[in-house]
Amino acid sequence: MKISFNINGNTQTVDTDGDTPLLWVIRDVLDLKGTKFGCGKAACGACTIHIDGEAIRSCSYAVKYAEGKNITTIEGLGNKENPHPIQQAWIEEIVPQCGYCQPGFMMASAALIEKNPNPSDQDIDENILNICRCGTYYRMRKAIKKAAEIKSNSIINS
Amino acid sequence: MSTHFINFNRMKSLYSWQSITLLIFIVVLVSFKTISSSNNVDAPNISPESETAFHTMMDVLTHKRCVNCHPNDNIPKQGEDSHAHRFGITRSNGVSATNCNTCHQSSNNNYSGVPGAPEWALAPQSMAWEGLNRYEIARVMMDKSKNGNRTTEDLMHHLTEHELVLWAWDPGIDAEGNARELPPVSKEDYIKAVKKWIDAGAIIPEEK
Repeated sequence: MKISFNINGNTQTVDTDGDTPLLWVIRDVLDLKGTKFGCGKAACGACTIHIDGEAIRSCSYAVKYAEGKNITTIEGLGNKENPHPIQQAWIEEIVPQCGYCQPGFMMASAALIEKNPNPSDQDIDENILNICRCGTYYRMRKAIKKAAEIKSNSIINS
Repeated sequence: MSTHFINFNRMKSLYSWQSITLLIFIVVLVSFKTISSSNNVDAPNISPESETAFHTMMDVLTHKRCVNCHPNDNIPKQGEDSHAHRFGITRSNGVSATNCNTCHQSSNNNYSGVPGAPEWALAPQSMAWEGLNRYEIARVMMDKSKNGNRTTEDLMHHLTEHELVLWAWDPGIDAEGNARELPPVSKEDYIKAVKKWIDAGAIIPEEK
């Protein structure tokens, strides 16, 4: 079946089995390799993307449901010239170690600060359920709070 | 002799007062029983067919496929052993960036083993069934102050037509690829039982 959606600002149409996980389409058909395959069971969060602004585990999302939706992956979150506050904070706090799980964490965290501009430790614990084998949780927590600060300052300045 | 006569009359009077008091007590007791029976939703005058239909329906509604999402502690349950949902998932408190639909969509996902159906969500807190017996669940279900203000007619449609309820007979596979357990009654027999019980007045039988 043909499915059309907008991904990172570009309209795309794919012709595939509607039950194919969106993650596979993103990585293997559209060649956007930033989103990672971790567990394939919606448990680790490495494949987290945004669909219409909501954090979604793309390994557990049939591509047929993407019809007409707006998708954002880590490639579309920001860029070197204009990084998203989460990306900027991640660099400043030197969060990643091996880095494999980080795109999923950053997408989940970006969704969190969008909905909650000043997340507490508890908010972070309840909403960021991804898994990091390197144990970078402590640095991530600092980065999420810094990102929330950068975001609110940029709103005030603008 | 006269003393004896007076005592006898006293005794007669005493006995008659005792009888009247006893009679009044019995009348009050019977009246109270009648009033309390007429107000009791669990009236015992349920037909055997309707009672059988009630138990067929409740065999399904007490199954983990239903109760797992009617928790009494705001923690969804999972699996055949109804364990707490992995990853510390709880009912969303206010704004939440992680919710049911982060992972659950409107159909089962056989790649990830994540179940799904339209309107996948926890039942509201007022509809907590976990830990209740079948009679208590039925009372909660029929109570408009707890069931989302649903009439008996609304409930009949909800119980027999809602895709999330009927998902129980198409629960898909789990993350290990194992088929989830079905309710102990077929979907067709369940739907017939719900309709029969509701048509017969939706009387909840007395607890046994």
